[in-house]
Amino acid sequence: MGRKLLFDKAHIEGIRYYDVYRANGGYGSAEKALKSMKPEEVLEEVKKSGLRGRGGAGFPTGMKWSFIAKPEGVPRYLVCNADESEPGTFKDRYLMEFIPHLLIEGLLISSYTLGCNSCYIYIRGEYAWIPDILEQAIAEAKKNGWLGKNIQGTGFDLEIYVQRGAGAYICGEETALIESLEGKRGNPRIKPPFPAVKGLWDCPTVVNNVETLAAVVPILRIGGDEYAKYGIGKSTGTKLISACGNINKPGVYEIEMNISVEEFIYSDEYCGGIANGKRLKACIPGGSSVPILPANLLLKTAKGEQRMMTYEGLADGGFATGTMLGSGGFIVLDEDQCIVRNTLTFARFYHHESCGQCSPCREGTGWMKRVLQNIENGKGKMSDIDLLWDIQRKIEGNTICPLGDAAAWPVAAAIRHFRDEFEWHVLHPEEATKRNFGLAHYADPLEIAAPAAV
Amino acid sequence: MAEEKKLFKVKIDNISVEVEPGTSILNAARKIGGDIVPPAMCYYSKLQGSGGKCRTCLVKVSKGSEADPRPMPKLVASCRTNVMDGMEVANITSPEVQEARKGVVEFLLLNHPLDCPVCDQAGECHLQDLSYEHGADTTRYEFKRRTFDRIDIGDKIQLHMTRCILCYRCVFTADQMTEKREHGVLGRGEAAEIGTYIQQSLDNNFIGNVIDVCPVGALTDKTFRFKNRVWFLKPVDAHRDCHDPKCCGKTVLWMRGDEVFRVTARKDKYGEVEEWICDTCRFDKKEVKDWTIEGPRKIERQSVISQGHYVGVHKPKDTLVEVLDGRQPKLLLDIHTVSEVNRPEIDLSQIDGPAHSDDFNKK
Repeated sequence: MGRKLLFDKAHIEGIRYYDVYRANGGYGSAEKALKSMKPEEVLEEVKKSGLRGRGGAGFPTGMKWSFIAKPEGVPRYLVCNADESEPGTFKDRYLMEFIPHLLIEGLLISSYTLGCNSCYIYIRGEYAWIPDILEQAIAEAKKNGWLGKNIQGTGFDLEIYVQRGAGAYICGEETALIESLEGKRGNPRIKPPFPAVKGLWDCPTVVNNVETLAAVVPILRIGGDEYAKYGIGKSTGTKLISACGNINKPGVYEIEMNISVEEFIYSDEYCGGIANGKRLKACIPGGSSVPILPANLLLKTAKGEQRMMTYEGLADGGFATGTMLGSGGFIVLDEDQCIVRNTLTFARFYHHESCGQCSPCREGTGWMKRVLQNIENGKGKMSDIDLLWDIQRKIEGNTICPLGDAAAWPVAAAIRHFRDEFEWHVLHPEEATKRNFGLAHYADPLEIAAPAAV
Repeated sequence: MAEEKKLFKVKIDNISVEVEPGTSILNAARKIGGDIVPPAMCYYSKLQGSGGKCRTCLVKVSKGSEADPRPMPKLVASCRTNVMDGMEVANITSPEVQEARKGVVEFLLLNHPLDCPVCDQAGECHLQDLSYEHGADTTRYEFKRRTFDRIDIGDKIQLHMTRCILCYRCVFTADQMTEKREHGVLGRGEAAEIGTYIQQSLDNNFIGNVIDVCPVGALTDKTFRFKNRVWFLKPVDAHRDCHDPKCCGKTVLWMRGDEVFRVTARKDKYGEVEEWICDTCRFDKKEVKDWTIEGPRKIERQSVISQGHYVGVHKPKDTLVEVLDGRQPKLLLDIHTVSEVNRPEIDLSQIDGPAHSDDFNKK
């Protein structure tokens, strides 16, 4: 059994409620931080833990917190990004639904560290029932003196507000989220200035993912040094992975970042193998926007080593032969799945969710979707594949926010690794509407380049 | 004596310039001038918060600053990135930037109707200039372009969203020039459109400025629509005593003969208005007697509008015979020999004024 830090008490009946949570050691970390530590000391612990942002980019949290500007007389804000809209990602939902107090405790410690007295949870509109759970938990915490004025007699004040979004993927981007929170149209802002300097209502703001903030609790409980012993290298601690697709046991798993991708997919502790005895064809390991990998590159890196479920392990080989850990939305495709169709689904999503502020993304996502639609419906041309490649290349990196990149990468990776399948769709339009390309050679062992002779 | 401000040294395409801290790369480039100035479709120096959206002004920062010489990982929007001391920027010297810009122009033109022949903006359209300079010959887009119905916003302005490139300039103008917010963007992504939510609700005295800031023909002056092509008009500087304190009263009259076809604000060489004017000046004062005329407006040589700009043109002293070294011009073709519809009794060189369809009518 892998060690757990966030879900270690998730199985306890009624952990959703304050009394059970408190009886099982809840708010112990907050007590420790608020009563016996200075904010700088908490920050030091978080830095030592090596915790990295769990929302997708993997930026070191301690460093992000130390960037926050601290001008006199200006309030600072902590915003919890619960706008979990990435297709394939549903880890934060589980956390908020079943252990809401873990998040509230994390928010309390983080706000204390950053010196914030107001904190916002921006939750996606589709999670319609979760705000009630959170508000109930907030009310419980307030009743027991963990929120409000003069928390536990320490003189620290904190209010947590829950704000529902209206269901836009773009509002998961931190500056768009801030705009939306201010009551404006959710268009990403142009950076710089970064939110750490000018964020919510032009005040210094830190925006963190739900899981990141929750992970602060175990860090305080066991100490930063101890936390850093979990995982491998710079990927410290545990990560929530929401596994879905053609696997036997879809669900949210907490993994210590020291297992291999193969173990995660085939071990009974986690996904339990591919469903219905099929074979693995491809996988998108970090939510829809990270590059898709064929089975052979997923399990082994280009160097022939076992691929690990870590930030570095999944990114090994760059985008040429690697991918990203992203937000942990682990989507598994078996041999019956069509990559073209899958890519079209993603392209349609990004086209629908583009905010329309900057030109490459507004126009490019729709173009990609239409070209893919043609290929999928048997109207494609060989030149369309190169055209797609060219469009994604011109979107990537040229937009205001990362949505442009997120729209470009899945298309790029699908063409990079599955060009044969695209070509087959173009050459056999009739057949392609009736059957799938199948596994083909995508699980064949890779030829490993021999190391250069010394 | 006031302390001398420290200026930042910046190199754009290997040309050095010194600018004040806080200047954007675009404005530093404009200080140098010439063809190294990145094109800007959405940035407008007079509007706060504009820029960064169209992505045509992308440049490469090959050296961040003197203190931190690392290059920036991505291309940056020069209109919204401030210079640092010692920064080195590549615009036209970077193939990467040229490539990206070509891509952006292609994206901007994807859904643009390219109806320049019937568009009032033709001749003074920034998108037209941009696509001539950076665009491809043909489009690779094979799908139906998005279209919108034309909407009248207010009784003097027409909005044709099909042509819009969503630069947001008009949104900023309406926000910053007028008292209450009544103009914004509705919808998302490809379906995003400029809207007033309640049609015809724009009735304040400065909303006409949205026509001037629009880089394309999406917002047009209804009092001028289809009246004339801009290059047939003669722009003259004029002013009047305007009672509105926010209006400068300094305008350009677009005239043909004694008739004033339209009134606009004065625009600089980047197409930005020098000072805002009110709607009374723009829409209601269309007679020469309303204005004090200062003289012809200087129009950039490369603009098509300058073709009607006759000031300073020298009449050649040589006659045709001298140019041809004494040879007489010869008659290439007598039109009567090839055309059947002509009335042979008409001598085209004898008719009064330009030839007319009547002159070619057999009846």
